Amino acid sequence: MSPRAAWRLQSLGFSQVFEYKAGKLDWLAAGLPTEGANANRPRAGTVARRDVPTGGLDERLGAVRDRARSQGWEAAVVVNAEGVVFGLLRANELAGDGDSLIADTMRPAPSTFRPYVLAEEMADFMVHHNLESSPITTSDGKLVGLLLQKDVVASGRKGA
Amino acid sequence: MPTEIGREELRRMVDAGAQLVEVLPAEEYAEDHLPGAISLPLSHVDSEASKVLDNARPVIVYCWDVA
Repeated sequence: MSPRAAWRLQSLGFSQVFEYKAGKLDWLAAGLPTEGANANRPRAGTVARRDVPTGGLDERLGAVRDRARSQGWEAAVVVNAEGVVFGLLRANELAGDGDSLIADTMRPAPSTFRPYVLAEEMADFMVHHNLESSPITTSDGKLVGLLLQKDVVASGRKGA
Repeated sequence: MPTEIGREELRRMVDAGAQLVEVLPAEEYAEDHLPGAISLPLSHVDSEASKVLDNARPVIVYCWDVA
């Protein structure tokens, strides 16, 4: 749609026409502010906990578990050096053999969601699918934070 | 030929006075739009562009994504 608009504006005599091709999806996925009716409604990216512990594929489970628990967490997200999400460690996985590699222990390829999804939609989805937590990522797969079902349900109550 | 720009270039240009235009239907604009953007749905470009846009300043258009 925007390429046609850009070309049409040029043909109408506008000489300085630019196109933000990645568009609103890119802007929202980056968690940037917007204006409009939804601007102040909580979204997955604003409710997600950004301080979630992370671990690498080649780390030992015990090290990640110690790190997570020292921060009061019973979950961790597995990422690479660029922050791209590879897996998730929930309480069940964290309770495993401390000498095992994260790559062998994690839940691989968890479903991820974008930061712009409205919190109330996430709450419905997570309750319906019995998801206790879900990683929130940018469109290129990088971790924004971990969304907890209890947080997103509570955010809906506050907004009601 | 229109020039493609990324998010950071968009921010820099808008700060410098460029006009930001969402060409999606007005209902989608009403829900969410980039800060400072005006609504000019594609179907209204022919009839409205010269009324709402300044020809002397850069114009940045966007829609949902590459589609």
